[in-house]
Amino acid sequence: MPSDNKQSSIVTRIVPTGSTLGIDWKDYWSHRELLYFLTLRDVRIRYKQTLIGIAWVVLQPVLTTAILTVIFSTFARFETLNVPYPLFVLSGIVIWLFVHTAITITSGSFTNNTNLVTKVYFPRLIVPLASTLACILDLLISLPILIVMMVYFGTGVSWQIVMAPLFLLLAFVQTAAFGIFFSALNVRFRDVKFALPFFLQIWMLASPIFYPVSLLPEKWKIVFAVNPLTGIIEGFRASLFGTAFDWPVIGVSSLSILVILAIALFVFRRMEDDFADLI
Amino acid sequence: MKTIEVDNLSKQYVLGETRANSLRDAFRNFIRKPLGNSKKNELWALKDISFDVKDGETLGIIGRNGAGKSTLLKILSRITKPTSGSARIHGRVASLLEVGTGFHNELTGRENIFLNGAILGMRRSEIETKFDEIVAFSEVEQFLDTPVKHYSTGMYMRLAFAVAAHLEPEILIVDEVLAVGDAEFQKKCLGKMNEVSKTGRTIIFVSHQMGSIAQLCRRSILLEKGRLIMADHTNLVIEHYLNHGKAKLASYTADASATHREMYVQNGTIVNNAGVEQTSFRHDESILINVKCVINRMMQGAELRMVVKDGRGITIFTTDAELSSLNAKSKTFEVDYKIPPNTLRPNTFSIELSLFVPHQHIIESLADLLFFSVFDSGTKYAQSEGVDYGVIFSPCEWAVKQG
Repeated sequence: MPSDNKQSSIVTRIVPTGSTLGIDWKDYWSHRELLYFLTLRDVRIRYKQTLIGIAWVVLQPVLTTAILTVIFSTFARFETLNVPYPLFVLSGIVIWLFVHTAITITSGSFTNNTNLVTKVYFPRLIVPLASTLACILDLLISLPILIVMMVYFGTGVSWQIVMAPLFLLLAFVQTAAFGIFFSALNVRFRDVKFALPFFLQIWMLASPIFYPVSLLPEKWKIVFAVNPLTGIIEGFRASLFGTAFDWPVIGVSSLSILVILAIALFVFRRMEDDFADLI
Repeated sequence: MKTIEVDNLSKQYVLGETRANSLRDAFRNFIRKPLGNSKKNELWALKDISFDVKDGETLGIIGRNGAGKSTLLKILSRITKPTSGSARIHGRVASLLEVGTGFHNELTGRENIFLNGAILGMRRSEIETKFDEIVAFSEVEQFLDTPVKHYSTGMYMRLAFAVAAHLEPEILIVDEVLAVGDAEFQKKCLGKMNEVSKTGRTIIFVSHQMGSIAQLCRRSILLEKGRLIMADHTNLVIEHYLNHGKAKLASYTADASATHREMYVQNGTIVNNAGVEQTSFRHDESILINVKCVINRMMQGAELRMVVKDGRGITIFTTDAELSSLNAKSKTFEVDYKIPPNTLRPNTFSIELSLFVPHQHIIESLADLLFFSVFDSGTKYAQSEGVDYGVIFSPCEWAVKQG
């Protein structure tokens, strides 16, 4: 009997809130196409409405770089190891803008998709993941600007360039972790969106975006590397400009990313059961 | 073979202060907690619900507003989790608590079909295979590459339902989706549901329309204030639902949840000519409905609508009382409706009241608010009881002429 076959196929158990804290990876795998379609939706919506959308993605890093270059080559001159300062800043800004935009947008991903959460079931992590993934396109659009600048300044490229994707991946994991954390928090606490810009501002200043880590005394570098962006940006620059990788810094930052991801997933799991009732 | 086993399911909601809405409040509560005990306002939306659904069965869920129907569907759809108890579901579930979930106005019809399909749990290959069928069913071929924000409501609904109608889960959970859209659309939906139920799939169906429930479900459960009070053949359950506790239902008094509205019905009663509350009327007796309302803020152009429905939930007639004559300063008003003698034929009837501004705004809508029945006290039709002579006495005149 066919009905007997289908009965054995999938069994769903519904259990009370908070009784399981594990993540059902199989469930995520079976919903992978939803992740694809939600990402596609976010990308389409962001770029569909206006052409300004794309122009903005290009203009933002260029203008920020120009401003920072003017300011810092006038008031403070950082030692950037033979890398022209505009290029140095741009390489940091490109990553920072991705982090900043993606976390800001992703933190509101549940509150902007209320009816998805209250009307259908799917593993909830898909929402912040799709939102962060969609922002990668911004990063991909801004990378050619970086290449154009490198050609313009005549910076050579070494074998180390092959390492660049690794640091972009780290940047993604870190951003997704923060996005997951804030998106969950935002369901419960609606003032997260007011606290977030402040947090991001402090974070930007604490990251080696317009200054090099080499500015710091050796022993403080490792402390500084607890900020995951330190390792990501330093590693990304070393890959681009062929300077030496600072493995201890990169190592500490990577570890830091893993810890943040673990915390984010834990907090998310603790809160997601109540999403539909709270949102 | 049991497809769904529900075991002692309960869901509690905590209302009021204990749920912090901002970090600031959370912090303040954290500081206060050791000092004062926070007041809890608990509500059991569901309490100890147990039932089974057999393989291939279509089960109806019946109950008044707030009985816990939606909460039950949400738990079975895994949208929210129960507070205690458990359930086991064998098979692939798709739930339709709304049509067009995830539809985005900026996206085209084509893009929305894929997105919505994926949200409802369809595989991409599955959507591709059924794409032409979905488009044909929705009748929006020419507008497939137009953003849905340019669609009419009808087109939008048809497209949304077309996607949902092509789901092929083993278990389908459906809520009231049929309540929206025009008659043609509802007919199409019901037809499709009927078709689906005949393919041996298991369906759980919630509706306020007893007609649709009776048509689709052989067995139903009745919920009242979060408890399961009956599980039996649909006809018996509907009868119980419509007849049970009718004595109480000759009158209605608003509870605190209504008082925040601009205007609300404070009180509604069904009385006879002598002004006595009554639920059972002779066919040749006047039926009077007295409604008292409170005005917090006068809405210009508001009307009080009374809809009379028969036992199957089919609308018999609608009367709109215009409120334009009210003094701007009045805080309350009363409306008396009178159904003249010899209007309604023997049947059970329900009354729906709603306050609304035509074409703009629904202030309050109260379905199945009051109930009454009419019995035949001696027309010639009374002699052959049980024959369906319609719901109203025919105002049709006739004349016979010698040929």
